[in-house]
Amino acid sequence: MASDDIDRSTRLALYRSQIEIRLLEKRAYELFLQNLIKGTSHLSLGQEAVAAGFAVAMRPDDYTYCTYRGHSHTLARGAPMLGVLGELMGRRCGLMGGKGGSMHLTSVAHGVMGSYAIVGAHLPVAAGAAWSAQLRGSGQVSLCFFGDGTCNIGAFHEALNFAAVWKLPVIFVCENNQYMEYTPIRSVTAVEHPAADRAAAYGLERIVVDGNDADAVYRKARESIDKARGGGGPSLIEAMTYRTSGHSRADPAKYRPPGELEEWTKRDPIALYRARLLELGFEESELRAMDSAVQRAVDEATEGAKASPTPPLEVIDKDVWADGGSSWRN
Amino acid sequence: MAELTYREAVAAGIAQEMERDERVVFLGEDVAAAGGVFKTTVGLLEKFGPCRVRDTPISEQAIVGAAMGAAMTGLRPIAEIMFSDFFGVSWDMIANEIAKARYMCAGQLALPLVIRTANGSGSRFGAQHSQSVENWVMAVPGLKVVAPSNPADVKGLLAAAVRDPDPVIFFEHKGLYATKGEVPDGEHVDRLGTAKVLRQGSDVTIVALAAMVPRALQAAQRLEKEGISATVVDLRSLVPLDTKTLLVETKKTGRLYTVEENPRLCGWGAEIASIVAEEAFYDLDGPIVRITTPHVPLPAADELEDNTVPTVERIVETVRRTAG
Repeated sequence: MASDDIDRSTRLALYRSQIEIRLLEKRAYELFLQNLIKGTSHLSLGQEAVAAGFAVAMRPDDYTYCTYRGHSHTLARGAPMLGVLGELMGRRCGLMGGKGGSMHLTSVAHGVMGSYAIVGAHLPVAAGAAWSAQLRGSGQVSLCFFGDGTCNIGAFHEALNFAAVWKLPVIFVCENNQYMEYTPIRSVTAVEHPAADRAAAYGLERIVVDGNDADAVYRKARESIDKARGGGGPSLIEAMTYRTSGHSRADPAKYRPPGELEEWTKRDPIALYRARLLELGFEESELRAMDSAVQRAVDEATEGAKASPTPPLEVIDKDVWADGGSSWRN
Repeated sequence: MAELTYREAVAAGIAQEMERDERVVFLGEDVAAAGGVFKTTVGLLEKFGPCRVRDTPISEQAIVGAAMGAAMTGLRPIAEIMFSDFFGVSWDMIANEIAKARYMCAGQLALPLVIRTANGSGSRFGAQHSQSVENWVMAVPGLKVVAPSNPADVKGLLAAAVRDPDPVIFFEHKGLYATKGEVPDGEHVDRLGTAKVLRQGSDVTIVALAAMVPRALQAAQRLEKEGISATVVDLRSLVPLDTKTLLVETKKTGRLYTVEENPRLCGWGAEIASIVAEEAFYDLDGPIVRITTPHVPLPAADELEDNTVPTVERIVETVRRTAG
């Protein structure tokens, strides 16, 4: 087997993480069509390599901050599929017992410090967590994932400057999937690369990475995480990728120019990675066994979530305050 | 007992808590080297160093957001927003993020943080640096709201806010910074959610907050001379709300007045009027009367600003006219 800087077990972890995200997101889509998932949902189909590449490079106590397109990052940190699907389906077994829903997945036990549904909001929060790690001397790094559209909102610029001035151990990762909701990002942005071309304004290196290549993402993740952990300050990374589904459940993505989806599908991150693993000498049978195991896990989580009761109504009044309640008067 | 100004009590409260707990950190614009634009944080940088007392860029979203991130990862931050009007700039962080995080994740995240801010009128700064926005914050589930009227309460309630496990929005009143009062020596910690009866009367009950408290007290003294005996309640905290004290003191006199610096519509007094109307209606001897700033942005000129916010004269005149 060809050997390089990424070892065998890491490659398998990168492959498995991508497959888990792909199969779970597909299942989430099916459950929508069956009306078992309500509300909205933002899938990461086609963008799996970014979540996998970073999560595999992180330490268990590092922090993840993500957006409403956060199923992938939550899963990649090891949150249970049952908890994720249960939350999407509004069941008692959900990660937050049905109180958050698709756009707010949180699993503090896995370092997932929240999915934030207001564009840009979590960049300052991730910087704050990094400040805390810096002050406590814990060596933790804060990872913050967001879309290309986020680069045009004020909080992005405030957080970048703040993190750079305070030299915080935070990594801002822009998943450039080409579209700000339904609008091509290029048509509403003054620079070609909405994140990377702004890096210089904050004294940071311009970094663009192939977001459909899990190895490339992983290498960049390790480099930036090592730098942050070593006191070298923040990084801003733009990962070029493409979401092959619509922006959200309601979006048939008719705005795509003809042929674009097909072009990107040729660069599907999982197909690419599988081909690379085979080239490197991994056994087809080993990968197929992993595919089946993940599919079984998704099926089991689906059945488990379907069997889970709906949340008890008592939780409506719980957990506004630290005392567990919601009382605002005596 | 030492006599401190309201602004000195702010620094004293922060210092007391920073000394006690190394997780307490403080950030804001001009708060460290400059000691605060209102000189409320003088000496903290020298005492606790630049790691724990930090100047920030003019980035209100980053200030509040960073406090949130720090709070959920083991620190107990105090963030200063220089003027409460700037809550408009950081409102997403305050109302959408901080207020809702614990609830949305079913208690996985804790946010023990304080946002201090200079609120209110009296400085001729005009409509964007003089507002009373306590009612904005009161309307959002998940935020505690405190507004002290005197130096002792500043120190004691600020300490309580820092020790509280939930996010607390701490409104200091610009018009009170220079006022003086006795502050207990040694460690002083008050309790959130407790109103104080400052004056016991028999004819009317006047409920006030922050800078309206000394005005209500002065009005009560003048009314006394006219034969109207007034109870004055300093609310101190809007969330949690001490409805117990409020209802007891209203029932004793049968007449309730609120004195509010926030503009009329949906001011905190409207909630209080609604609670009293629902729960003490048959103990009332007359309509509940709200004395508020009219529903206008605040004007700047001396005469205009002074006559927009409730004055002692307006309180006296309103009570005299309606309490009969």
